[in-house]
Amino acid sequence: MTRQTKKSPRPRVLIAKIGLDGHDRGVKIVAKALRDAGIEVIYMGLHNTPEAIVQSAVQEDVDAIGLSILSAAHMTLFKQVLRLLKKQKASEIAVFGGGIIPDKDIAPLRKLGVRAVFTPGTSMEEIITFVKEEIKPHAVNKN
Amino acid sequence: MKEKTDNLNGPFKNLSGLKIDPLYLPADVRKSRTGWTDRKDLGDPGRFPYTRGIYPTMYRGRLWTMRQFSGFGTAEDTNARYHYLLKQGTTGLSVAFDMPTLMGYDSDHPKARGEVGRCGVAIDSLEDMQRLFHGIPLDRVSTSMTINGPAIVLLALYTVVADEQGVLRKKIRGTLQNDILKEYIAQKEWICPPRPSLKLINDTIRFCLEEIPQFYPVSISGYHIREAGSTAIQELAFTLYDGLTYVQSAIQAGLKVDDFAPRLSFFFNSHNDFFEEIAKFRAARRLWARELKRRFHPKNPASLALRFHAQTAGCSLTAQQPYNNVVRVALQALSAVLGGAQSLHTNSLDETLALPTKEAVTLALRTQQILACESGVVNTVDPLAGSYYVETLTNQYEKEAIKYFKRLDAMGGMVAAIEQGFPQREIHHAAAAYQHEVDTGERIIVGVNRFVEGHEIPIPTLKITQATEDRQVHRLKRRKARRSRRRLAAALSRLTGAAKEDDYLMPAIIEAVRAEATVGEICNVLRSVYGEYREGNEF
Repeated sequence: MTRQTKKSPRPRVLIAKIGLDGHDRGVKIVAKALRDAGIEVIYMGLHNTPEAIVQSAVQEDVDAIGLSILSAAHMTLFKQVLRLLKKQKASEIAVFGGGIIPDKDIAPLRKLGVRAVFTPGTSMEEIITFVKEEIKPHAVNKN
Repeated sequence: MKEKTDNLNGPFKNLSGLKIDPLYLPADVRKSRTGWTDRKDLGDPGRFPYTRGIYPTMYRGRLWTMRQFSGFGTAEDTNARYHYLLKQGTTGLSVAFDMPTLMGYDSDHPKARGEVGRCGVAIDSLEDMQRLFHGIPLDRVSTSMTINGPAIVLLALYTVVADEQGVLRKKIRGTLQNDILKEYIAQKEWICPPRPSLKLINDTIRFCLEEIPQFYPVSISGYHIREAGSTAIQELAFTLYDGLTYVQSAIQAGLKVDDFAPRLSFFFNSHNDFFEEIAKFRAARRLWARELKRRFHPKNPASLALRFHAQTAGCSLTAQQPYNNVVRVALQALSAVLGGAQSLHTNSLDETLALPTKEAVTLALRTQQILACESGVVNTVDPLAGSYYVETLTNQYEKEAIKYFKRLDAMGGMVAAIEQGFPQREIHHAAAAYQHEVDTGERIIVGVNRFVEGHEIPIPTLKITQATEDRQVHRLKRRKARRSRRRLAAALSRLTGAAKEDDYLMPAIIEAVRAEATVGEICNVLRSVYGEYREGNEF
């Protein structure tokens, strides 16, 4: 049996609401826009903890995690996701997010390792472009 | 003649996608509703079918209540804001709770991490609730509480605070949101599944009728449905149908329609399309009166009058050029007033970024005061009645909502429709269509897809820090340690028993609150007996 390395054709992205806020208008539109643009989307729905998100991301072997949050808990919860990814040795999974995030929090989030932050008024095109250009489908080992 | 357009004034359809004609004539009013007469379809203000308003004199008799939704940080932080708002001339309070409180978790719950006091006030205990209303006699203000899953618990807390202030229960006034159906549909903060949740609502209705007769037990809310992306028609239809569902459920629980229907109130969104909103409010009153009469045959005319609170549309505000939001809010507030609102919240210009600063909320309140005192729109009742355009739209909205009612009836009612994901799907499709229009530039949003400025001037925003959470958690733990454990255990066990027996729960919840059970502990009992609601991940 030869071991082949094959490139997965398209990025696989986990999209989730993190924390307790139920505002899912934006996240569902983003999930749909990404899927319509040919990206493989796994939508985790509402009220997810950082632990549950990281666990699913690792299990589902995704290339990126997109998180939506409108409750102002972003600093705490994004930090926790990045910490848990590192702990799971899965830091290659890119994290991006969006929601009600004040401008002054964007630089600190980027510094933590969040790859992109999309705030109100962002077009779907911008998010699709980000995922297509910045999220590289990782090599899949096939036996 | 062909109309000239320069791309800024097309495509002549409103936010619900309804095509708007260049000119409305008397014939359009009659065409949009068979047999329309002003006598039958408008009537007098204060009389069936209430199209023109629920009171004969409307704002000449009494202005709307200026009620700014507010809550952040700890109870002390919010209490200081309430004292400030009352001093500035607000005439009612409205509590915004934080996410853990909305979901029935205490501040020390692992799921509350990072969320405490961030987008509302953290209320865990009787002590917090007492601090929230410190120096505010509860017989002197009316208080609205935006709380749903744990509404029964917060109502018990409020009542006990009044008891401890020495205020007679029959003197406390306010509104409990307590509308769980729109949580499943749109806002998505819940605890239990629909059927036990409806039972909890019936218990709060009974408590209000028996103990606190000036309290409105349910505020049937379209606001969140609209914020989630619905059209005005969907907001109207789903909200009124939710209302019909509560009426039916309360009747099945043995309550009499004429006892509780006059105590129901509504809460609508006031969005960008000026005339559409006015027509929606007018259609809502007429349709509610007609449907309630047809389905449940109340005898008391007050049962048929739809009273409502309005809030300007948060989702219409933009982070770009935020000062433009002041203008949007003023227009939206004007349509709520022309639509006959009983109570109004005007959003602050900074609310796409954070909870409002004191300065921003003051400007929002001043907007209402200018409308009330300077614009002259309060001088006469329902000034737009008889406008061919507004009457035609009012007819169309009533008709479109009835179409949804028929579909919902056919599905077996709202709970069944929610379980099938129907309203959720309709709203998602409308939201996606709207986003598409904005992305393609077909729908112009000033400062977002047209008239864009490269450079944005930052505005000051309110910042809530982790220290708030640390302080709240510390205080909660200290309080928990000091309680009588025996009294607490007895109260929670009595509540568990009552819930299992399907008894009227309010007495047991009041007793638990007095024994210093926290919001989270009481909600844990509800979770353990009734189960937790879960939503499918459809998009």
